[in-house]
Amino acid sequence: MADELDNLPVIATRRDEAQGWLQSIVSKGVGWGRKYSLFQYPFVTACCGMEYMSLQMARYDLDRFGAAAPRFTPRQADLLMVVGTINCKQAPVLKRIYEQMAEPKWVMAFGVCASSGGFYDNYATVQGIDRVIPVDVYVPGCPPRPEQVIDAIILLQKKIQDQPHKLMDRSPLPVIGQGQGGGQG
Amino acid sequence: MSKAVIDALVGRFPAAVHDPYVGVGGDDCAFVRRESILEVCRFLKAESGFDMAPYITAVDYLGQTPRFEVVYNLYATKANARVRLRVKVGEGEELPSVTSVWRGADWFERYCFDMYGIRIAAHPDLRRLLMYDEFEGHPLRKDYPLRGRQPLLEECEGPQDVVRGPGPANRG
Repeated sequence: MADELDNLPVIATRRDEAQGWLQSIVSKGVGWGRKYSLFQYPFVTACCGMEYMSLQMARYDLDRFGAAAPRFTPRQADLLMVVGTINCKQAPVLKRIYEQMAEPKWVMAFGVCASSGGFYDNYATVQGIDRVIPVDVYVPGCPPRPEQVIDAIILLQKKIQDQPHKLMDRSPLPVIGQGQGGGQG
Repeated sequence: MSKAVIDALVGRFPAAVHDPYVGVGGDDCAFVRRESILEVCRFLKAESGFDMAPYITAVDYLGQTPRFEVVYNLYATKANARVRLRVKVGEGEELPSVTSVWRGADWFERYCFDMYGIRIAAHPDLRRLLMYDEFEGHPLRKDYPLRGRQPLLEECEGPQDVVRGPGPANRG
């Protein structure tokens, strides 16, 4: 972003204006498409999984928000739903799953254990998955009501809509696992 | 119910089994000396029909000597009888394995080793059961630090900029 600003001429030409306008239209369109086709990878480890099931079933029906299809391979998923307690032994697995997902990707911490460790303030539990992977939306509750998760999906859709999207992204991808966390052995 | 079993046990192993009592819930309990736990268990399985060891666990009595206690909860499926054996184990002492009597005792003994650091002699595969191999110390010991964390990955602090969603904090 800083580079783009530096390279911008002081007086923007009409061509730049037009390009910027087109870019914003494209970004809105791609964002609109992406926010209504969230393929999730449910990383279900604990009792929140029960609530996740009811969320997927007919009564709450996440399909209404375009987030219907769970993918059981991270390579096909956009949204990593971390549903349940993550302990220290599992943290490398979770990180590996996150790294396997293709860009663009988003993460939801489903329930209080994934968000902050919950009441498992002990030797075994990761105190919130944001210590290991970046998180976009947190859902409190033990377990959360399905309405809360729907609320979180809507928040995430708003975030996706507001993000800049490009049709073709030629910028180098962020290398995850360097700087924070370190590589896998 | 299993009073006769404990009485028979005390009669058979007067040197090894001591202080029988009736525990909470009416189970018959007794203390067993560390060296003879294997013999006592063999006897219980062969003679009294205790063919199942549903739970074997340990307790850390920090400050007492001997420090640990391993508790064997035994069950006779045919007679529907339960017996609890308690074995005092000092720090650094080895406890004979009862996997030769009940195959299922394997993971319970590994659990006792993992969580309390109780060495089990002649165990077929004495590794940690629940914690990862890199973990140092034994987390259920009373002297394990309360906030002792040993993360496998380098952890970063939580998020810096959290946007609150709709909710009581944002209304009004």
